Amino acid sequence: MIRLALKMLFGDTGKYLMLVAGLFFATFLMAQQAAVFCGLIRWTTATLKNVPAPIWVVEGRVEQVNETNPMLDTDVTRVRSVDSVAWAQPVYVGMQRVRLPNGNFKVIQLVGIDSTTFAGAPVKLREGNIEAIRQPHSVIIDDLGIKRLAIERGKPVKVGDVFEINDQEARVVGIAEAMTSFTGGPYVWTTYNRALQYAPSQRKMLSAVIAAPKPGITPEEAAADIQRTTGLKAFVNRDFSFDAGADKAEFNTSTIWWYVRNTGIPISFGITVIVGFIVGTAISSQTFYTFVMEHMKHLGALKAMGASNFKLCQMLICQALTVGLIGYGLGIGATAMFGKGALANEEPPFYMPEIVPFAVLGVILCICMLSALIGIWRVSRLEPAMVFRG
Amino acid sequence: MKTDTAPHLKGPDPQHQLAVHVQGVDKSFGDGNARLKVLKDITLDVRAGEITMLVGPSGCGKTTLISIMAGTLAVDAGQVTVFGQNLTTMRKSAITRFRAQNIGFIFQQFHLIPTLTCVENASVPLLIQGASASKAEKKAREMLELVGLGDRAKHRPTQLSGGQQQRVAIARALVHDPRLVICDEPTAALDAKNGTIVMDLFEKIARIPGRAVVVVTHDNRIFSHADRIAQMDDGRIVEVHDVDRDAPPVISH
Repeated sequence: MIRLALKMLFGDTGKYLMLVAGLFFATFLMAQQAAVFCGLIRWTTATLKNVPAPIWVVEGRVEQVNETNPMLDTDVTRVRSVDSVAWAQPVYVGMQRVRLPNGNFKVIQLVGIDSTTFAGAPVKLREGNIEAIRQPHSVIIDDLGIKRLAIERGKPVKVGDVFEINDQEARVVGIAEAMTSFTGGPYVWTTYNRALQYAPSQRKMLSAVIAAPKPGITPEEAAADIQRTTGLKAFVNRDFSFDAGADKAEFNTSTIWWYVRNTGIPISFGITVIVGFIVGTAISSQTFYTFVMEHMKHLGALKAMGASNFKLCQMLICQALTVGLIGYGLGIGATAMFGKGALANEEPPFYMPEIVPFAVLGVILCICMLSALIGIWRVSRLEPAMVFRG
Repeated sequence: MKTDTAPHLKGPDPQHQLAVHVQGVDKSFGDGNARLKVLKDITLDVRAGEITMLVGPSGCGKTTLISIMAGTLAVDAGQVTVFGQNLTTMRKSAITRFRAQNIGFIFQQFHLIPTLTCVENASVPLLIQGASASKAEKKAREMLELVGLGDRAKHRPTQLSGGQQQRVAIARALVHDPRLVICDEPTAALDAKNGTIVMDLFEKIARIPGRAVVVVTHDNRIFSHADRIAQMDDGRIVEVHDVDRDAPPVISH
């Protein structure tokens, strides 16, 4: 009977394509928008990925990494004095303007790191080496920067090129791989002291202190120790987790929840995902209902010939799940292709955690079951004697 | 008390020469002022080994009566016994299983599934019974050979004439060796030649021991194929008589 159901489905080409198209569209809209949302939200924590350290210590009222309050330079020493801390180094992070040789201005994310230990240096350099930033006016830019800071399209920035940060020369000595920042500006690393020279002078310039625990001590224990001893806020730097919650001392999670709570980003993306769900449900339910209604006389004949309601329900569920899985497969495939393009171009943001395809699959299966239920409701009320009435 | 057992009645059963026994059946449709009584105290016997025809004007209740005999419609009053099984005391699920095993249907509008081939259409009753597709199609192919459509097995119904579609419907009705075949206007869409071919087939089926064929028809060309004719009017059986098969038809419209 399942084979029969599939033949009935595939034989009605128009309805079949319509159902698949509806579910494809719903899958693509939900998965793609969810992945763009996740990508955008992930970009908010780019600084934590690009300036790696187990512990970030910031001023006591800071909630997220892109909005730090300046601290005193002496806070570095205070953190170092905590028993459980192995090392602690200053970091400057701030948005600055770059003036290109052709006179154009671009915004960058300037990062100043300790020139002795290079704590907070980029994880992977594609060109150059980190020691080169000790040379005068030297900076390392990320691979987004080689395009964004180019004078013209198709002529990417190379090692040795020069631009100005606040009227001071900056010479590219390396290119790093990095996550794109939320603001879209490329990351530029230099030494902490030179970053303070590039940035407009303020009474307090220290953005954060990055630190690591002593061997045998977890980052959480060290962070708690730092908070207790210094009164500063110490976050551990791990990947986002729903378990960590918004109030836990994990900087990625805290940052992401801050954006979720304080911006309209989740609402706008959420609305699009809901629209995808509604459109998918409307198209597939309506089309499946029409499909069932058009086959009602055949279903009635099957019922008269002795097919039980259970068997007919199995057939309808099989048909609904088949179009659902085909539509889902095509939709996820299209999303993956979109993602491949987005990742190659580094925009728009795209990140698909495992939960997204599984959640979308769940929603699509719900849509299919809802569509099938409408058909089942009709078929279960179908009087087999109707086939004699024509 | 309703019974939930699905009786297995395959094979000849000489104890039940009566294929269908309808006793005092009433059936109404609608509610309140719109309630219409379409069957009024119907009593009728259908004997095994015969073709019984139900004839009468449109709206007289013929289709309702065969729906009740087939167990696709419940009665308001009275009893219906098919090969010794009282359908009025069986649960719906048991009647459904009983239908699947013991009754073959030929509908006026064929109700062949257009996306299936002839052999697939003809195999449907066996698939409903849970047979494997290969076994069902093998038997369906044999039935198509029997109705003279062996070479059209892979065609779709839309590629066939009305008469050929009717023969596919007959193959489907017979594929699971039903004891009772119920036909609703089987020759309405056929010319005289095809009508005769179809009725000859029904005669062959009816002569198999322990089988019976009930035909609802307006077509007086086929009355000569009947063993008994039940004349209906206004929800009642007004006359039942055996047919002298050598004599010309006695009833005409």
